[in-house]
Amino acid sequence: MNPNYLDFEQPIAELEAKIRELRNVGSGVSMNLEEEIQRLEQKCRERTETIFSELSDWQISQLARHPQRPYTLDYVPMVFDRFEELHGDRHFADDHAIVGGPAMLDGLSVMLIGHQKGRDTREKVYRNFGMPRPEGYRKAQRLMEMAARFRMPIVTFIDTPGAYPGVGAEERGQSEAIARNLAVMARLPVPVICFVIGEGGSGGALAIGVGDRTTMLQYSIYSVISPEGCASILWKSADKAPVAAEAMSLTANKLKKLKLIDKVIKEPAGGAHRSPHEVAVRIRETIVAQIDYLASQPVETLLSERYQRLMAHGAFEQA
Amino acid sequence: MSWFQKLMPSRIRTEGASKSRKVPDGLWTKCKSCDAVLYRPELERNLNVCPKCDHHMTLTGRARLEAFLDEGDHVEIGAELAPVDVLKFKDTKKYRDRLVASQKATGEKDALVALRGKLLEMELNACAFDFRFMGGSMGSVVGERFALAAQDCIERGLPLVCFAASGGARMQEGLFSLMQMAKTSAALARMAEEGLPYIVVLTHPTTGGVSASLGMLGDINLAEPNALIGFAGPRVIEQTVREKLPEGFQRSEFLLEKGAIDQIVDRRELRQRVHGLLTMLMAPRRSQEAREGELVDEDS
Repeated sequence: MNPNYLDFEQPIAELEAKIRELRNVGSGVSMNLEEEIQRLEQKCRERTETIFSELSDWQISQLARHPQRPYTLDYVPMVFDRFEELHGDRHFADDHAIVGGPAMLDGLSVMLIGHQKGRDTREKVYRNFGMPRPEGYRKAQRLMEMAARFRMPIVTFIDTPGAYPGVGAEERGQSEAIARNLAVMARLPVPVICFVIGEGGSGGALAIGVGDRTTMLQYSIYSVISPEGCASILWKSADKAPVAAEAMSLTANKLKKLKLIDKVIKEPAGGAHRSPHEVAVRIRETIVAQIDYLASQPVETLLSERYQRLMAHGAFEQA
Repeated sequence: MSWFQKLMPSRIRTEGASKSRKVPDGLWTKCKSCDAVLYRPELERNLNVCPKCDHHMTLTGRARLEAFLDEGDHVEIGAELAPVDVLKFKDTKKYRDRLVASQKATGEKDALVALRGKLLEMELNACAFDFRFMGGSMGSVVGERFALAAQDCIERGLPLVCFAASGGARMQEGLFSLMQMAKTSAALARMAEEGLPYIVVLTHPTTGGVSASLGMLGDINLAEPNALIGFAGPRVIEQTVREKLPEGFQRSEFLLEKGAIDQIVDRRELRQRVHGLLTMLMAPRRSQEAREGELVDEDS
C-alpha cells in the first residue's frame, strides 16, 4: 500500500509504480520499452477515468482530505502574482491554521484569507490540523475590516475539518469569534467571494465563508458536520461515515443542484493534486470574473443582493 | 386481579380500574439537583425553578414566552412555516418520522416559537427554542422564523429577545442547517445597523451552531444560572484533549468569568431585568421619535 494513495486509488498506484520501474530499467538497457510504457500509461489514464467517473460521496470526502491535496499556500503563488502574509489578531496570538494578507492578480489587489493545513507531522501540529482557534477568526475579521477600509475585494479559501474543540478555544470565546465573523461578513461593503478547496467543515468553515459567491472545487466537500461526526451521533458508530456522507449531500455537484453554492470548478481526473496548476488557472479566472462583476455594482446593490442571497437559504413548507 | 375484583360481575369490571389507584401521572416531580420532591403545579407557578435549591429546569418554548410576555394577545410570527425533508434524510430513522414524532410530542411544528407581544407594556418580538423538539436544533424553519422576527423588528422599530436552548444545527437538513447560522447572523447585523437592540438569554443547554451564531450576538448576552453554554460539547472536547474537564467548565458562571456574557439572571427576575435594560437602550430612540412626533403635530 502506498500511503500517498487512497484505497480506491491503489490500482492507479500499482500501474504508476510499474511504469516507473520500466522507465528505470529502460534507461539502463538498450532494449526499447517505450511501447510497453505507452501501453501502460494509456491503461493508467483509462483506469483513472473509470475510477473517477463513478466516485461515491465517501470517496469524494476522502479526496477532499487527500494527503497530497493542495492547500491554501500551495495555490497562492499559482493564483496570485504577489502575496504578503500578515499575522496576529492584535488581542491574543497568531493562529497558524488561518493565513491571510493582501494579494494581487492582474493588477487587482484583494485580501486573501484561507485555512491552512500542514503536510508533514511537524507542520500539521504547527497548523493545528487546519482547525482554527478564536484568534484565527479574529485575525480574519481584522483583515476583512482592513480590506473594507481600503476597498479591497475579499477572497477566501476554505479548507478545515472545523473549529478547534479545545479548552482554551472555549475560554476565549470560540462561539463568539465565529458568530461575529458571520455578522461582519454579511455587511462588508466590498465583494466577498469564497472558494471551498478541500474540506468545508461546519461553523469553522462558514466563519470565513459568508459572502456574495461560493465556489467549490469538484472534489471538495461542505457540510454541517463531518461524515464521521454525523455517523457517530446518528448511527452511534463512526464506521457508518460512508453512509452518512451519502445522506448529507456534501459534494460540490449535489450542493450546486440544491442551489446552496454558485459554481463548481472541474478538477483533473485523479484530483487537484494531479495537476494543481490546471486548477489554479480556473480559480484565478473565476476570481477575476466574479470580482469584475461584483465590483461594478454600487455598494447598496452589493449589500442588498448579498442579504437576499443569505435570506433565501432554507427549505420549508408554507401552509 | 384482587379478590374483590374477582367477586365483581364482569360487566362492571373495567380495564382502567387498576390504574385509578395510582397517583395521576406527573403530579409530583423530583428536582434533579437537590432530590427534593416537588408538587408540580407549585413548581410551574415558580417557572420550573426548584423552590428549594433554585435549580432552573427546562421550560418549553411556548411556556417560556407565555411566562415572559404580558398576558393578552400575541401575534405569532412564521406560524405558517413547516419543515420539509429536502434531502430525504434517513439514519436509523427517517427524518420525516423524527419530525412527526417531535411535532406530536410538543404540539409545535418546529423548534422555535416567535411571538410579537408586550413586556411590561413595552412592545417587542420574542422567540424561544423548544429543546424537546429534536434537541432545539436549528433547521430552515427555525432560521426563517428568527429572521422574520428580526425583519419585523426592523419594520416596526422594535427590540428582539431570544431564549436559546439548542444542541446546534440540525444535521438532517445538511448544509441548509449550516446556512441558518449565516442567515440569522445577517438578520441581526441588519438590526444592529438600524440601532435596534437584541438581547439573548442563554439557557441550558446552548451549544454548537446556535451558540456560534444568534447565541453570542446579543448587544447584551444574558444567561440563566448553571446553563451549559459552549461551541463544542464537553464530550467532544474531552475526546480531543484527552483530559478531564475542570468543574464548572462551560457553565454560565464560567462564561461570566471569561467575559463572554454580561449577567447571570434568575428566571423569576428576567421580565424586570430585560425590561429595564431595553428601556435604557431604547430611550434615546423613543425620545427622538417623540420629538419628531411633536414636530409633525406642530406642522399640522
